[in-house]
Amino acid sequence: MRDVAIIGVGLTKFGELWDKSFRQLTAEAGSKAIFDAGIEGKEIDAMYVGSMSSGRFVGQEHVGALVADASGFSHLHIPSTRVEGASASGGLAVREGYLSIASGLNDIVVVGGIEKMNDVGGNAAIETLVTAADQEWEAFFGVTFPGIYAMIATKHMHDYGTTKEQLAQVAVKNHANGALNPYAQYQREIKIEHVLNATTVAYPLGLLDCSPLTDGAASIVLCAADKAKEYSNKPVKIIASGQASDTLSLHGRRDICTLDSTVNAAKKAYKQANLSPKDIDLAEVHDCYTIAEICAIEDLGFIEKGQGGKAIENKITTLDGSLPVNTSGGLKSKGHPIGATGVAQIVEIALQLRKEADKRQVKDAKIGLAQNVGGSGATCCVHIMEAM
Amino acid sequence: MEDGGVARFWREIPQRYNIIGNKCGSCNNIYFPPREACPFCRRKSIGKMQELKLCGKGEIVTYTIIHDAPRNFKEQVPYPIAIIKLEEGPKLTAQIVDCNINDVKIGMKVISTFRRIQEDGYTGAIYYGYKFKPLE
Repeated sequence: MRDVAIIGVGLTKFGELWDKSFRQLTAEAGSKAIFDAGIEGKEIDAMYVGSMSSGRFVGQEHVGALVADASGFSHLHIPSTRVEGASASGGLAVREGYLSIASGLNDIVVVGGIEKMNDVGGNAAIETLVTAADQEWEAFFGVTFPGIYAMIATKHMHDYGTTKEQLAQVAVKNHANGALNPYAQYQREIKIEHVLNATTVAYPLGLLDCSPLTDGAASIVLCAADKAKEYSNKPVKIIASGQASDTLSLHGRRDICTLDSTVNAAKKAYKQANLSPKDIDLAEVHDCYTIAEICAIEDLGFIEKGQGGKAIENKITTLDGSLPVNTSGGLKSKGHPIGATGVAQIVEIALQLRKEADKRQVKDAKIGLAQNVGGSGATCCVHIMEAM
Repeated sequence: MEDGGVARFWREIPQRYNIIGNKCGSCNNIYFPPREACPFCRRKSIGKMQELKLCGKGEIVTYTIIHDAPRNFKEQVPYPIAIIKLEEGPKLTAQIVDCNINDVKIGMKVISTFRRIQEDGYTGAIYYGYKFKPLE
C-alpha cells in the first residue's frame, strides 16, 4: 500500500443555488480543486464521483461520465465512476480514489461529490431522503428520514438523560462555526430558543435540529504521497481510511443509540493510523440531525457512550474547546448536499491542516478526522488526515 | 411508492398481513422480515429456514411523532411511529394507533392490528398491513 496525499481542494458555495445547474456546480468545484493542485488535467488517471440520488433529484443518472464531460475531460477519456452509499456517497468516493492510488494503479485521481436538491419540491425531497432507509420495512409504514433519527434521539434521552436543550446546543454551536465559513448555506448565529421553538418535524426533533436541503459540490485531488510535493507545497496526507456496514433498518441494530458502523470504521482507521481517539485534534462529523453529532462523538471514542449531550453542554466541541467538532458549520449550518458532504468534510480538514481556515482556524491542528454516515448508519466511512 | 408496482406489494402480503417471519433450523434464531439465510449459521441454514407466524405482541423500544409526512401519509399527521420488540425477539417499525399520541411511551406493551397503511394516490391500490395498539 502506498501513502496518499491531498494536493488540491475545491468547493462551491452551498445553498439554494437557483441559477446554477448540476453540471455547472460539478465543473466549478472540480476546476477549483484542479487549479489548487497545480495540475493541468491530462495527468489525471481516474475520477470518482459521489452522488446519492441524482436520478430522483435532477432526473439524471450516469453522472460519472457527466461529471468528466462537464469538467472538460471527455476528449481525454479519463475513466470516471459514480459511487453511491446514500449520504456517505462522498466519503466512499474519497475512499475509492484513495484505494486506487494506494494500490499502485493510479498516481493522480480527482474525487468529486455533488447533489442538487432544490430542483424538486419538498415532497419529492422527503421521499428521496427516505430511500436511504429500508423502503419495504421502514418507509412503507410511514416513517420519514428525520423520524428515524428522532427515534434515536428519544431513546438517547430516555436511556442517558440527554435533553432537548443539549440537542439544540449542537445546532447553536454549528451555526456559530458556519457564521465564519463563507461557503456555508447559513452564515448566521442562532440562539437556543430558536431551536427549541422551531416547528416540530418529528418529535423530539424540530426544524433547526435538521440539516437543510442544499445544492453544492466539493472536490479534491489525490496524489501518490511520494509525488505530492512536485505539485503542492502543502499536501495533506490521508493516514487512514476505514469503512463499515450495518443493517439497512434502524430496528435491525444491536443498539438503537450506537452506530456500530461508525464504531467499526473508526476502529479500522485508528488501527491503520496507529492512533487513538485522544490523538485527534479536530473532527468533521455527520450531523445530519443534532442527535447524530452526539452519537458520533461517542461512537468515535471521543466521549463515553451516553455522555455526548453533557459534552456538548460543557462546550468541549466548540471552536475553542479541547476537541473542536464541525468547524465548517457541519451539515446543519454549512448545508448538506448529500453526495458532496463526505468530500466537503475532507476539504474542511485539509484547509484546517493547511492553516487556511481563516476565522475558524483551530490552533495547532495537526491531525483531523472526518466521519461520513450513510442512511441511519448502514454505511460509515472514517478518514484520518495529517499535514505533511 | 410510485404508480403501479402492485406485485411489489402483494409479494409481501404474508409478512405485512400476518407477521410471518422465519426461524433458523440450525440455531433457532427468529427473524422478521424473513431472511433467505441465517446471518449467524449462513450455509448451514440454507434449506432449513422455517416459516413462523409471530404472535404480534411486543414492547415499544423507542418512538417518534411524525409531523412532516410523505404525500401518502399527510392526512394522518401527527402520528406516532415506534420500533417494537416482539415477544419472539425480532424488532420492527410500525405506527401506534388507538391511543392518545401523548400516551405513547418507551416500554409500553402493544399488540398488532390489521389496518390500511397508505394508498397510492386517488386511483391507485390501497396498501394494508400491521399497526400496533396498546395491549389492554
